[in-house]
Amino acid sequence: MFEIKNLSADIDGKTILKGIDLKVNPGEVHAIMGPNGSGKSTMAGVISGNEDYNITAGKILLEGSDLHGLLPEERAGEGVFLAFQYPVAISGVNNMVFLQASLNSIRKYKGLEPLDAFDCIELIKNKMKLLHMNPELLQRGLNDGFSGGEKKRNEILQMLLLEPKLAILDETDSGLDIDALKTVAEGVNAMRDEKRSFIVVTHYQRLLDYIIPDVVHILKDGKIVLTGDYTLAQRLEKEGYGWLK
Amino acid sequence: MSKLQISEQYKYGFESNVPSDALPPGLNEGVIRAISAKKNEPPFLLEWRLKAYRHWLKMVEPNWAKLNINPIDFNAISYFSKPKSQVDRPKSLDEVDPELLRTYERLGIPLHEQKMLAGVAMDAVFDSVSVATTFKEKLADAGVIFLPFSEAVEKHPDLIKKYMGTVIPYRDNFFAALNSAVFSDGSFVYIPPGVRCPMELSTYFRINAMNTGQFERTLIIADKGSYVSYLEGCSAPMRDENQLHAAVVELVAHEDSEIKYSTVQNWYPGDENGKGGIYNFVTKRGDCREARSKISWTQVETGSAITWKYPSVILKGDHSSGSFYSVAVVNNYQQADTGTKMVHIGKNTSSTIVSKGISTGKGQNTYRGLVKVSPLAKNARNHTECDSLLLSDTCGAHTFPYIEVSHPSAQVEHEATTSKISEQELFYCRQRGLSEEEAVNLIVNGFCKTVFQELPMEFAVEAQKLLEISLEGSVG
Repeated sequence: MFEIKNLSADIDGKTILKGIDLKVNPGEVHAIMGPNGSGKSTMAGVISGNEDYNITAGKILLEGSDLHGLLPEERAGEGVFLAFQYPVAISGVNNMVFLQASLNSIRKYKGLEPLDAFDCIELIKNKMKLLHMNPELLQRGLNDGFSGGEKKRNEILQMLLLEPKLAILDETDSGLDIDALKTVAEGVNAMRDEKRSFIVVTHYQRLLDYIIPDVVHILKDGKIVLTGDYTLAQRLEKEGYGWLK
Repeated sequence: MSKLQISEQYKYGFESNVPSDALPPGLNEGVIRAISAKKNEPPFLLEWRLKAYRHWLKMVEPNWAKLNINPIDFNAISYFSKPKSQVDRPKSLDEVDPELLRTYERLGIPLHEQKMLAGVAMDAVFDSVSVATTFKEKLADAGVIFLPFSEAVEKHPDLIKKYMGTVIPYRDNFFAALNSAVFSDGSFVYIPPGVRCPMELSTYFRINAMNTGQFERTLIIADKGSYVSYLEGCSAPMRDENQLHAAVVELVAHEDSEIKYSTVQNWYPGDENGKGGIYNFVTKRGDCREARSKISWTQVETGSAITWKYPSVILKGDHSSGSFYSVAVVNNYQQADTGTKMVHIGKNTSSTIVSKGISTGKGQNTYRGLVKVSPLAKNARNHTECDSLLLSDTCGAHTFPYIEVSHPSAQVEHEATTSKISEQELFYCRQRGLSEEEAVNLIVNGFCKTVFQELPMEFAVEAQKLLEISLEGSVG
């Protein structure tokens, strides 16, 4: 189970999150919606340990243990995965080499033996099929020259490989056409099970048509102002955020 | 930006307890005569040395490089030092001082043939002399001559006379002139026509004695249609004083031949305050003397307090080609001013330059390169790629590309980039489970990939290890 208690955070002295409470049970998908600047991406960054943010109050608990003080790579080892809104491109680093390094770092953290290159390739290629990805992307630099859709699929590919306990999808739908959106959603749905929790950050209901959330939260000005079910997303789609006080 | 530092531990900084037989410090004609006499050299060589010395006396130290060099007192250096046990040159490894063999074992270079990397023949140069050359017989069967330079002078004076100084004349520059006057040992390679050298040839240079300069000379000749791949490695004990290493390397490639020359340079770089370290002032040049010859330089420069070297290719033969692949790393107070010269003279000649500079700490890294297309060089082609990676806020990267084109048909391309590892890149990698150090290693290795690919396998692994970086200082 993933839980946030009274979480406040600032960046460069500016308060962004103002006391957030959130509880995601295993197997649940929670959607976080809200207008621009409401703190959605900050929340994703704070959970994954981005050191640009400064936590001023509150707790982040994964299966009961506090993530506070853990480095980003340790949180990743504990099972926190963030699919980035803007995945970086690193041209010199071969995508395949990166995926193998990442997978084996996580395995090492969990006390598992590293996979050799052959096992890795096989595993990766199988997951790529699921996402209709061109295997040629493995030979390119990490996200280097990838289209918007290819980058997002590469994020979901990593999620499938690393099998996190908590996956946060930060505006994974932005920049995706409808086919890519469906593929990404299939990837996510394939991973939904009793052990895993998802937080899906999005502006639009569109993605939620394919990844049906159990709970929808509305974040505004650093606070969760409303929580409801899937119908809340539908209302936002029709009426916007204006009616929220 | 977090404080990134390469805190590269220098693992080769130990000193061997090997008694040496050294000339007292100082430089005059008597010293040069003494070096020549110790090596039983023929008169032509002594004469050449003296000419070089007299010319050197008239020269001034160059100061055009972007380097801060403490003044060098050339009279405080001993110009010849050899292990006492080497007074009579050992005939086989069994006669080599066990302490010397242990030194090379500790450096990761076992000289016993059965323990060696298969397919690599090694010449080990300790201070001023070669202490062991392996696989001599196997190479001799193929007709390949691979000898310490002084032994080659005795056995093949005709080849030495014919080729020495024809690529880098003693007048060439201050340090080449000095080397020509006082050079002690080095390696000599001759590949006969049509022979593909059956193994990698390698020389490992070690400076051990104090206050000693190392002035080795390497001469490699690839006769018609032959091929050779040659590697050199180097290290030295950690000392507070700067030690001078002024080498000369000459390559001659005849018709249809190819020479690949690789260097992994790991001289002691000095401590984190910039104290001590080797001054690595080296002149390296290859001569594509005849048609369709090829010369390729690959270097990984991680050591030395100061590196000053420009491995170059003179493209005389029609359709000849030259390449230069370089990774230069500076950390702490290290300085590097390195690059290449590609001089196009023949028709349809081509050259490739790939330079990767990595700077951190207070290191200063300069790429300096010349691409020259002479009036006769019809259809010359050059492609230059020059990339700098900065890992600290206090280091510097500088690029000085010189391009001189005197033929209208020339095609010369120059690309350059400068980049830093961004916080976003690091956070991305760390979110995927990599530590900051692993992330930096991965990015740095990716940055150097095109150069490492040019190295023979064993050296590529060593080069990657050398670049392994550990991080100091907390984040945020």
